[in-house]
Amino acid sequence: MAGVLHRIEHVDRRIIFLIMLVSISVPLFYPMNLPIRVSPEVRLYYEAIEALEAGDVVYLAADYDPGSKPELDPMLKASLEHLLRKDIRIVSATLWPAGVPLLEAGLDTYARDKYSREYGVDYVNLGFKEGKENVMVQLGKSFRAVFPTDAYGTPLEELPLMAEVDRFADVKLLVLISAGYPGTKEWVQQVRNRYNAPMISGCTAVSAPEYYPYVSSNQLSGLLGGLSGAAEYEQLIGEPAWGTTGMSAQSLGHVTIVILILIGNVVYLINHRRKVAA
Amino acid sequence: MLRREIPLLITIGVGWFMVLEFFLPILEPVSTELQSWAIIMTALASVLGVVNVARINTLKVSRKQKDWGYSVVLLLGMAVMISLGTVFPIIKSLFNIESAWGLGGMELSGVSRGTWFGQFYDSIFYPMQATMFSLLAFYIASAAFRSFRIRSVEAALLAITAMIIMIGRVPIGDAISGGFLPELSDWIMNVPNLAAKRAILIGAALGAISTGLKVIMGIERNFLGGD
Repeated sequence: MAGVLHRIEHVDRRIIFLIMLVSISVPLFYPMNLPIRVSPEVRLYYEAIEALEAGDVVYLAADYDPGSKPELDPMLKASLEHLLRKDIRIVSATLWPAGVPLLEAGLDTYARDKYSREYGVDYVNLGFKEGKENVMVQLGKSFRAVFPTDAYGTPLEELPLMAEVDRFADVKLLVLISAGYPGTKEWVQQVRNRYNAPMISGCTAVSAPEYYPYVSSNQLSGLLGGLSGAAEYEQLIGEPAWGTTGMSAQSLGHVTIVILILIGNVVYLINHRRKVAA
Repeated sequence: MLRREIPLLITIGVGWFMVLEFFLPILEPVSTELQSWAIIMTALASVLGVVNVARINTLKVSRKQKDWGYSVVLLLGMAVMISLGTVFPIIKSLFNIESAWGLGGMELSGVSRGTWFGQFYDSIFYPMQATMFSLLAFYIASAAFRSFRIRSVEAALLAITAMIIMIGRVPIGDAISGGFLPELSDWIMNVPNLAAKRAILIGAALGAISTGLKVIMGIERNFLGGD
């Protein structure tokens, strides 16, 4: 018995990797289809977009890169789906250099292909600008000053949508999909109160706890936290997609980690008591 | 002496100006200009970063230091991506070249989808970065089993809270507890977590204000560097 416990405590970590791999990958092929409960912060996010009217303009910030794509892409796609379904017009940009293709792919898939929206009239992609918080503050004063051209080199004066919109006062809502710095925290600190701009955020699960105070103080009008937030939002808009599929894998992955913590501690405790008794 | 005094005076002047601008909208045109300079300077800092990375890795290759092969890959990757994304579009723009520079059915110049830059991004950069982050799940599982030991009351609290949140935030938590774990998880996030995070945020903000004041009053000078 002692030998078995010792072997468990010092198990090769590759075996743990294998257990984790199985627990994450199997549910991707055989989903458990568990019911998804919607948390209050996600409902607020949904309601903030639901409150917009056809023709309103939102600023969409896609501040993330491929490292966070599995968590944040479902949020970007669900948000685009929701916005376009309601005929909301979108001005979008990113402060992350590696975020440009992700934003472009989302806009192409939903605005251009699925909803056949006209570029420059219904949506605009401003692309990337270096400058972090300075860009955020400057956008509140003039989009054209920060982005003289869009992501494709077209002067903003030539885009009909940009004739109506030039600063945050001209948009109804800021939709922030962000992974880290610069991201939601900086948007709230630099833009929320300075320009009285309502904003909602979709962020990685690891940064979500940090933003709860902003939801509580109404500085954020809604919050999607991690893949589970994306899955809950997909339920609300009635478009189950990658977030929902990923919930089975995440559920089993979390359960596996909890079981590993419990087994690790039980084995440690028994071995420790034995050593003390000896 | 001027090496320290002039940067200090610029810092104090700009710092006070930006504080006043927040309360006096009449100063906005000047502050807008200053912030435009800041954007340009940040972009320039990125260029400096690229130059620095290139210099350090070139030296490493030329001296055949340990793992110099990785530096060759880095320099090659950087040269290819900068050429495709920046140099070629500049050349096309300077010489008003309208025709496409195709290779293998894809455009060589530009960063959009359907270009070689986009292809490298989708086929190399994205899977590699995603892989790096995906590995975290495996290391967390291993660390949870081997290192997360409950040796004190604090560690027990942390472990129990972590398990409640991990299970409560995913659908299986709802299924096995009839809604209790998600409710408890929401309460932890909205009460103890929120209180602690708010305290940290307010503390950090007060610290930032204090440091900012010390900088714009010329008391804090560490940012000027040593002599």
